[in-house]
Amino acid sequence: MNKILVLLVTLFWHLQAVSALTIEITEGAEGALPIAVVPFGWEGTGAGPGQDIAAIVGSDLSRSGRFRTLPVNDMLARPHRDSEVEYRDWKVLGMENLVVGLVQPNGPDGYLVRFQLFDVFKGALLTGYSIPTTEGNLRTTAHRIADLIYETLTGEKGAFSTRIAYVESITGSDGKNRVTLQVADADGYNPQTILNSPDPILSPAWSPDGLRLAYVSFVRGKPAIYVQEVFTGTRQQVASYTGINGAPAWSPDGRQLAMTLSKDGNPEIYVLNLVTKGLRRLTEHYAIDTEPSWSPDGRYIVFTSDRGGKPQIYRVPAVGGKLERLTFEGSYNARASYSPDGKSLVLVTQQGAGYRIALLQLGSGRMQLLSGGALDESPSFAPNGNMIIYATKTRGKHELAAVSVDGRVRQRLSLQGGGDVREPVWSPFTKFNRRDQ
Amino acid sequence: MKLSSAKIAAVVVLSLTIAGCSTLGGNTGKDSGEGAAVSEAGGADLSAANAGGEWRGNPLDNPNSPLSIRTIFFDYDESQIREDHRNVVIAHGQYLATNPSVTLTVEGHADERGSREYNIALGERRANAVRNLMLAQGAADNQIHIVSYGEERPLMLGADESAWSQNRRAELIY
Repeated sequence: MNKILVLLVTLFWHLQAVSALTIEITEGAEGALPIAVVPFGWEGTGAGPGQDIAAIVGSDLSRSGRFRTLPVNDMLARPHRDSEVEYRDWKVLGMENLVVGLVQPNGPDGYLVRFQLFDVFKGALLTGYSIPTTEGNLRTTAHRIADLIYETLTGEKGAFSTRIAYVESITGSDGKNRVTLQVADADGYNPQTILNSPDPILSPAWSPDGLRLAYVSFVRGKPAIYVQEVFTGTRQQVASYTGINGAPAWSPDGRQLAMTLSKDGNPEIYVLNLVTKGLRRLTEHYAIDTEPSWSPDGRYIVFTSDRGGKPQIYRVPAVGGKLERLTFEGSYNARASYSPDGKSLVLVTQQGAGYRIALLQLGSGRMQLLSGGALDESPSFAPNGNMIIYATKTRGKHELAAVSVDGRVRQRLSLQGGGDVREPVWSPFTKFNRRDQ
Repeated sequence: MKLSSAKIAAVVVLSLTIAGCSTLGGNTGKDSGEGAAVSEAGGADLSAANAGGEWRGNPLDNPNSPLSIRTIFFDYDESQIREDHRNVVIAHGQYLATNPSVTLTVEGHADERGSREYNIALGERRANAVRNLMLAQGAADNQIHIVSYGEERPLMLGADESAWSQNRRAELIY
């Protein structure tokens, strides 16, 4: 029985690995910190852990754009603990920081992963942890280690243990299109299918606790908004009025869902109280009003409206009130969402023939272009506010891309299965992400 | 150009009359009334249309009728029905008016540029423009259902104007 289970797990793992996203850093930052992450040692018998923890940690750190990792082949030594570290081996290679670690057996199926982080120039141990884990949670543990290193060295919270949701569509050999809603680790591994449909799926949105996803799914030719628990699959239909049921957006307290409904004739923003089921209309105009997004303090909702003739971003108090137009540059600004600190909006803007991702500083009104594609859309902030993930189209294929908020680091994420990947949304920080620690 | 649209209008009148007679005998009076209103515009060419012979099947299947056209195209970020498509929408509206038991779904679509939810809204606005013109022809509210797929169901793949212009459309599905 156990053997069958192991076999199944192995098969499943293999299938997942085939369709994993691969991440390629297309443009790196110049000021990246040089760091060496030495392959972790194994102090048990047998093959040991099935994942190269140091490689996962190193890949997370380089992906952030803040770090440049030393290739393993360039290392002069491979220490696993502080007593084995000779700082000059790393100084000579220009490394500012060093990570060493080892894995020990911990019970029948468990491991204890120990790591230490050093400041090479000061010759000092900065931090060290022992983390109990299991074979199936090794990647999660590696992301947790990357978070701890990132936080220690940058003073900012790492987002490596978070997840991304995205919509994937694949045309099968029968010519029919399958659309799925996927949830994967932030590095694209472990994709899990949350929903599978022959019809369009749109606008996934994470609840603030990271446990639920709201999305739009077409069923029998009609769109409806659903809220689905990510880990149990239980789902609830929350809006299926006549016309558009679209663009769900969670309030920061997770109790309300802003959405677009056209039940009264044309698209307007509504707020649904998920507790009382009360529905409140927020906008009233014959133009298109859609794509609501809450400010992190819950006081405002921004949305796209073409009430001025072309789509632009507007802001309205979440309780209703006076509207304010926020974008004035260009003839097409849409799908805005707030940065985690509430100081800026990321949005889609038209620049000549291209649709690009831009950052609007709410204080100064200054708009900064972050992407250079022809058809970039669906930007979403990482919960630490340092990166933005978005959808792009290159050579006829929809892919995901990410850019650092200062525009200096760019990555492309492509799915190897050949599907089109769109509408990425980065999960919030959650307690769940740290369940194993 | 002018001549051909007049011809089409005449064919519409003809096919509408046939439809009325063959399928809904009781409504003949109303049909001829509707038909007369349109024939004022296209009446001059009635003889030319007659020369092509009469269609005796379901008027929706008549390849010479504007009713055979089921896709209405739109300009970029526009939902106004173009002059060259008005006669098609009008013909379908009149067909619905004379056949009150027939229902139709108007699907609104957009090209892939811009944001997806905005395109859903734009697709709905296009479907509504088609619907409103049909209602103006006497079609009833409950005969026309609309749905917008935004950019989700392109007719043509490709990232240039030739594909985009085919994707900005409303589809009439009986």
